[in-house]
Amino acid sequence: MHRKSLTELSRSLARRDFSSVELTHACLKRLERLNPTLNCFITPTPDLALAQARDADHQHARGTAGPLAGIPIAHKDIFCTDGVKTSCGSKILDNFIAPYDATVVERLRAAGMVMVGKTNMDEFAMGSSSETGFQGPVRSPWDINRVAGGSSGGSACAVAARIVPAATGTDTGGSIRLPAALCGITGLKPTYGLVSRHGMVAFASSLDQGGPIARSAEDVALLLGAMGGFDPKDSTSVERAPQDYVRSLATGVQGLRIGLPRQYFDAQLDAAIADCIHKVLETLERGGAKLKDIELPSTPLSIPAYYVVAPAEASSNLSRFDGVRFGYRCDNPEDLTDLYCRSRGEGFGAEVKRRIMIGTYVLSAGYYDAYYLKAQKIRRLIRDEFRAAFEQVDLIAGPTSPTTAFRLKERMDDPVSMYLSDIYTVSVNLAGLPAISIPSGEIGGLPVGMQLIGNHFDEARILAAAHAWQQQSDWHTRIPAGYGE
Amino acid sequence: MSLDRTEIEQIARLARLALDEAEITLYQRELSKILDLVNTMNSVDTAAVQPLAHPLEITARLRPDEVTETDQREKFQAIAPAVANGYYLVPRVIE
Repeated sequence: MHRKSLTELSRSLARRDFSSVELTHACLKRLERLNPTLNCFITPTPDLALAQARDADHQHARGTAGPLAGIPIAHKDIFCTDGVKTSCGSKILDNFIAPYDATVVERLRAAGMVMVGKTNMDEFAMGSSSETGFQGPVRSPWDINRVAGGSSGGSACAVAARIVPAATGTDTGGSIRLPAALCGITGLKPTYGLVSRHGMVAFASSLDQGGPIARSAEDVALLLGAMGGFDPKDSTSVERAPQDYVRSLATGVQGLRIGLPRQYFDAQLDAAIADCIHKVLETLERGGAKLKDIELPSTPLSIPAYYVVAPAEASSNLSRFDGVRFGYRCDNPEDLTDLYCRSRGEGFGAEVKRRIMIGTYVLSAGYYDAYYLKAQKIRRLIRDEFRAAFEQVDLIAGPTSPTTAFRLKERMDDPVSMYLSDIYTVSVNLAGLPAISIPSGEIGGLPVGMQLIGNHFDEARILAAAHAWQQQSDWHTRIPAGYGE
Repeated sequence: MSLDRTEIEQIARLARLALDEAEITLYQRELSKILDLVNTMNSVDTAAVQPLAHPLEITARLRPDEVTETDQREKFQAIAPAVANGYYLVPRVIE
């Protein structure tokens, strides 16, 4: 069963080839067997999963089941789940049981999906390797000595290892796309405002966006339709008519104009990765797409601007963790200041503290204009360059990651080298655009991802192009060695 | 860009983070390196550029000023470190 994609499972459940309870049992068994090695789950929820699977089987019996009913899913541990621990990969929330469900969780549950557990991640989604979490690093199923990418590494790993057919992730600077690329699966970061942030633990509020992780564009399209849409509980949620992303998959790429930013394909791009991407582009060109060189000159400024905006917003958002209302509290505080300082000092890990410190510094009196305001101006330059590019092209293509999966601990002692992993992904968040990472090849047995970026709310076009490629290729169906059985 | 120990201690104080000596040394080195990266922003002149705070430049939606939440004090306080009589407990602030 674990070899089937979400779309195939949906058909099997509709035909009653097997029940959701049988499918869920199989997932839970795999989770139990593989998690000790991969560390992709923080909290498995077997009892809840089986109860939800029985509900879904009733829906199938009554004929009221939708296409996602009975299909197992894993949620990144950043999404609040009523009654189930939401740690966000942090010691400070390791005892936190949310009193409500995130909108994303609620919507996928309403669609009949079965939650099998909460996945491991970088602490507060701050990282590119899923090594900074309180529960230890996630390991790649392609090579357990390498990272799964981050910060949604547990979700990407669980999908790649065929434990679940789908998972949720969040993407503030690449945290869906990067692990999707390194794990050889498909992950979409939607337009800012399309998927509700309600109940998603906030990192950088003007950048954070939840999205689906699965094997193919077809699977992602089905999930996005159920996750997305207006939510009055998120003040930045955009009011738009719901879209059927599955129906538009067959649009193809005939006449599609794809832009290749010179700054993404310069001499710094690894030649083997460039090779993989050019093969995809040749295929799309044969399908009728038109390639065009474009310019995004401010690309090199995206990392510096991001490492002002994101930490600044994080330092503000994370001020709520004070040891008073929920979460970790230090022992025997001397006074209120000691309570705040030690609860936070002991509760947060190294990377989170580092970012709170940067954010506090750039927002402090006398430095605001030089850092935060400057970064916001760069942000406009980046957004305007994308806007100009989308007057000439429909989609923009490039690599997702500058390298394939690196070794565990390789970049942990050098924050700047870790930050540079996001060179191709962060500008998309700064501009609020949607982008997908799709499997595009392998180098030395490790997956390579390609990124397709669209204009605001152009997810349908991105998914149709990704689907066109996946109809002509089988990278997205490859299973890491040893995980087929 | 290099920050001295006093500056690191001041940032930690503002951020309400208790740091030990080793952490102060580490963050002094790392924050200086990160600020070097950040300062490459200064390679472009942005005097004529307006700052962008929100990617879609929409203004926050308003809702009618009506009570929509029910009282869930007990549920929310059940996850607090220390409560009594419906209040959150902290160390004594006023002697």
